[in-house]
Amino acid sequence: MEELIFGRLTLREIPYDNPIIMATLGGSTMLLLCIAFLIWYHGKWSYLWKEWFTSVDHKRIGIMYVVLALIMLLRGFADALLMRTQQALAEGSAQGYLPPDHYNQIFSAHGTIMIIFVAMPFFIGLMNIVVPLQIGARDVAYPFLNSVSFWLTASSAALVMLSLGLGNFSHAGWSGYPPLSEKHYSPGPGVDYWIWGLQLGGVGTLMTGINFFVTILRLRAPGMTLMKMPIFSWTILVTNVLIMLAFPALTVVLALLALDRYAGMHFFTNHGGGNLMLFTNLFWIWGHPEVYIVILPAFGIYSEVAATFSRKRLFGYTSMVYASVAIAMLSFMVWLHHFFTMGAGANVNAFFGIATMIIAIPTGVKVFNWLFTFYRGRIEFTTPVLWTLGFIVTFCIGGMTGVLLAVPGADFELHNSEFLIAHFHNMLIPGALFGYFAGYAYWFPKVFGFKLDEVWGKRAFWLWIVGFYLAFMPLYALGFMGMPRRLLHYDNSHWQPYLVVALGGTLIIFGGILCQILQLTFSIRNRAQLRDETGDPWDGRTLEWSIPSPPPAYNFARIPQIHTRDAFHSMKKQARHAEEVDYEAILLPRSSSLGPIMGGLTFVLGFSLVWYLWWSAILALAGLLGCVIVRSWDEHTEEELSAQEVRAIETALRHPNASVSYAEGLPIQKLTFERHPLP
Amino acid sequence: MKKWIIPWTGALLLCPSWLWACTGNCGDQWAVLTPRGMIASHEKTLILTALGLMLLVVVPVIVMTFLFAWKYRASNPRADYAPDWDHSTLIEVVVWTIPTLIVAVLGYLVWISSHTLSPYRSIVSKQPPLEVQVVAMDWKWLFIYPEWHIATVNQLVIPTGVPVHFSLTSDAVMSSFFIPQLGGQIYAMAGMKTHLHLIADQPGVFQGYNTQFSGQGFSGMMFETVATSREAFLEWVHQVQTGGLVLDRITFTALEKPSINEPHRLYSLALPDLFDNILSQDTTLRTMTMMSPSPAPMAAIED
Amino acid sequence: MITAQPPLVIGNIEREHPEHDSVGLATFGFWLYLMTDCVLFAALFATYAVLHQNFAGGPTGKDLFDIPYVFVETLCLLLSSTTAGFALLSMQRQDRIRLLYWLGLTVLLGMGFIGMEIHEFIRLMSAGNGPQRSGFLSAFFTLVGTHGLHVTIGLLWMINMILQIRRRGITVPIQSRLIRLSLFWHFLDLIWIGVFTLVYLMGVSS
Repeated sequence: MEELIFGRLTLREIPYDNPIIMATLGGSTMLLLCIAFLIWYHGKWSYLWKEWFTSVDHKRIGIMYVVLALIMLLRGFADALLMRTQQALAEGSAQGYLPPDHYNQIFSAHGTIMIIFVAMPFFIGLMNIVVPLQIGARDVAYPFLNSVSFWLTASSAALVMLSLGLGNFSHAGWSGYPPLSEKHYSPGPGVDYWIWGLQLGGVGTLMTGINFFVTILRLRAPGMTLMKMPIFSWTILVTNVLIMLAFPALTVVLALLALDRYAGMHFFTNHGGGNLMLFTNLFWIWGHPEVYIVILPAFGIYSEVAATFSRKRLFGYTSMVYASVAIAMLSFMVWLHHFFTMGAGANVNAFFGIATMIIAIPTGVKVFNWLFTFYRGRIEFTTPVLWTLGFIVTFCIGGMTGVLLAVPGADFELHNSEFLIAHFHNMLIPGALFGYFAGYAYWFPKVFGFKLDEVWGKRAFWLWIVGFYLAFMPLYALGFMGMPRRLLHYDNSHWQPYLVVALGGTLIIFGGILCQILQLTFSIRNRAQLRDETGDPWDGRTLEWSIPSPPPAYNFARIPQIHTRDAFHSMKKQARHAEEVDYEAILLPRSSSLGPIMGGLTFVLGFSLVWYLWWSAILALAGLLGCVIVRSWDEHTEEELSAQEVRAIETALRHPNASVSYAEGLPIQKLTFERHPLP
Repeated sequence: MKKWIIPWTGALLLCPSWLWACTGNCGDQWAVLTPRGMIASHEKTLILTALGLMLLVVVPVIVMTFLFAWKYRASNPRADYAPDWDHSTLIEVVVWTIPTLIVAVLGYLVWISSHTLSPYRSIVSKQPPLEVQVVAMDWKWLFIYPEWHIATVNQLVIPTGVPVHFSLTSDAVMSSFFIPQLGGQIYAMAGMKTHLHLIADQPGVFQGYNTQFSGQGFSGMMFETVATSREAFLEWVHQVQTGGLVLDRITFTALEKPSINEPHRLYSLALPDLFDNILSQDTTLRTMTMMSPSPAPMAAIED
Repeated sequence: MITAQPPLVIGNIEREHPEHDSVGLATFGFWLYLMTDCVLFAALFATYAVLHQNFAGGPTGKDLFDIPYVFVETLCLLLSSTTAGFALLSMQRQDRIRLLYWLGLTVLLGMGFIGMEIHEFIRLMSAGNGPQRSGFLSAFFTLVGTHGLHVTIGLLWMINMILQIRRRGITVPIQSRLIRLSLFWHFLDLIWIGVFTLVYLMGVSS
């Protein structure tokens, strides 16, 4: 009976005996309660619910995605710090301070969180904010679906976070290879948290992929042919094709593992006719394109930043487009390089090795094109430019070690070692994260109407880049010393100095993160000085800079006609953007509370599945189905903003004195977003 | 104090500096760069050749980045400024060609080396190869010498100058067998048999690892590889055969239980078909034999 | 009999007011969803291909599959695709009664299909040949079951549509949904033809 109600959930699942977890848990619960109290104290809960949680406005959803990514970045980084400290200490007779089970959870959580809940929501947030603005659209193709996607991602992130305090997280690595992740070897709830965290968030990502592909193909401003589209939107288009093709494979592989674990099937088991190699193949058929899914958007950001801040057109636009498409196509032909050591024949290994190297060609072309964008420019060394330059230099090293790993003969010596760890961090930190940071600084004034503090931004950059080299270059050396990855403890005094240096680097990166927190705090405090009233603080080249910051709910009062590639740049040259225009009525999607409700139900569903609470899983599923049916009966999903209202908003927005930022929730805010009839 | 110098400066001055620091006369701790066997030597040469080829393009790019950034800074009015310049066929051709050429050379290298260094390829030698069967267990390595009727745990002893043919499987989860100074690396998987051919050219003691995370006891799942002269090897075999410990069904059942940081153990073997039994506890149940040298995982997917 | 209803544009939109062409937009997006579903089924077919000989000492397809039975099941689904086609024709003619009649028939045929499938599963499981028996049976149940799950969702969707048509008539959003529903239904038919051929027919022949 008790099992029927509580599944396998008992109070013993709270890790009372682990002081590190309990302290973190206590601290974060206190913090959450404080924040909740403060919001209540200022009477902002209903504002948050009405204006943010239920919003289907792509800009607000984008902001929520980025906030989620930044919070998860802190969690993922805390994991990194714990691991680095453990490895720096645990040599010889010293055992370090982490018990094996906790350490194994930490590295599994670190990988999962950084890829799925930092990189993904970060770029999806930026693309939500920027893409419709860049292509001259009023919203995405399916605004409500967008909200559901966000809430699925957020609830699966919450599920992963919950594993900290209730039960445990997977200890089978972020890639969850069976048979270790099978029930026989991992009976606890950890792997189930991993499965449902990835699975539910993955569904959200898949829907986002469809949404943005349609948005870009169908909602571009008139005259904007594909080859006149801003390059960031191009990389996003390619990314979303990758999402649509790759994520179903993840859905399948996780579902099969779940069936093994929940229903006793034999897909990847040692016995009963399972085959673990099926897992590695399916997993990396998703996993390798996933790398490009997170890197390509950053490539797009670097291209925008390089062109804007060298005050020059992007060099080799056409090459850039072809290179992105080539990278995307090749990314599906290389997955086997993740397991050259599985015993495939020499021909197969050689094929996948060469295919992997071929990706270096379009990537190399991109690097050269960025360089020639800077060439004969007038480079302004703003924070986004620093991230870009830091990326180019660092990424070259990572690319080089990547090609080295693509040589099967070399991979036999370097696979699964610290060299591999150094390599993929060397790709993903500069290749993805630096790009997102650049985009964050670049588009921040567009979103909030004031710039970020440059001094603290530059401090953050220097600490990050120095910290990066100190943290990861020693790992390359350790790879040459034969050190395997994921070690809890080792008996080799030669390794320790390198691991201590790596810890030092990680602490310096921590300094960089602190600078970023300070940057945000100071920027909000000094927003009056940092205010940008033009809507175009960087002398931008693309359409997003042609509208006020923050943009009104409908983005463009009048959809512009596009004639050239850097559309806004040529408009400015011809002084066409300031014309008085006739306004028209605009249809806008209405907010819907179904998004957060479905997110909540998804969380309940995931939680119930982890703990075998079948009754509540069925209720949550029925609830989700009910939400879909309710939505299908709703005929009032849009509302109209009359031409007069549009005129009033536009006049107010373009009139500096009335302009107020998001953070204050003052009249203009209401004017912009609540869309009540004007008196 | 001295041991701290290389990591700090090396990290600061990027990787080439410590590569340089240790390719000359580095100590044995640089396992990948101090090969003690033919396969590992070839693999080291391959790594350095590929690195050198890539540095041909990577170094100029890094230099160009700094150069362009400095020369075309906004505060330098003397530099050219061409705001609408966005295309040059010559540059396009060059930037597509250079990486293509380097990849072509590397691709050739990959094709050749993938075949010569394939773990499945036996080593040509006058000596017949020594057969060693390897079983990855939770969390220790079991080595079976079928020709000599002995077995060891976490210690591998081999004669120098004699090719060794490893057949691998797993009694539990997937593990990866790796002796950096002898070369190669291959997964050991339950119900499947993989192969690896290695040879030691010099006597010595080399660290061997499991590099594939396998659970709680993963960090302690290491073994010592001792390469000795043929005579010493034969003597060692004789000692083990008569040493007293016997690996029979009872001992094996005890050994099969998960254990952490297992010490070396030497057994004479009372179970002649042990390896095949471990392998077939699953394969009798399945008709597929995935891991014979020719068919690859790929083939399985495309069936 | 083409009535004065606004023409439904599939796969094409007017550039001037992109946000107003919600039907074309929704249909295009749904096509893309079907493509991702195709990838999903491709992965399941590949899984089946890898595991289809892993009997683990258990029964093979030859021992288990009852081809005449599955043939009748297949006929149900194929016939339901035809009736769904007639439903769409009635929709275009604004013929509400016929539309409901054809949709109702489609639901019945779909239920027949699902009923037969569930019956087959129960027959296999009660003989000890459930998905836990072997890798082959795991892959079989998962592939066929995933298709069945899709059909079930399609049936729920169709019932919801019948209720909407009865309440609201053939409005533009309802037409849009019916177009997508029929795409979905035909897609499932296509997948089933793959299942029938690759799993059942080849299962008994090898």
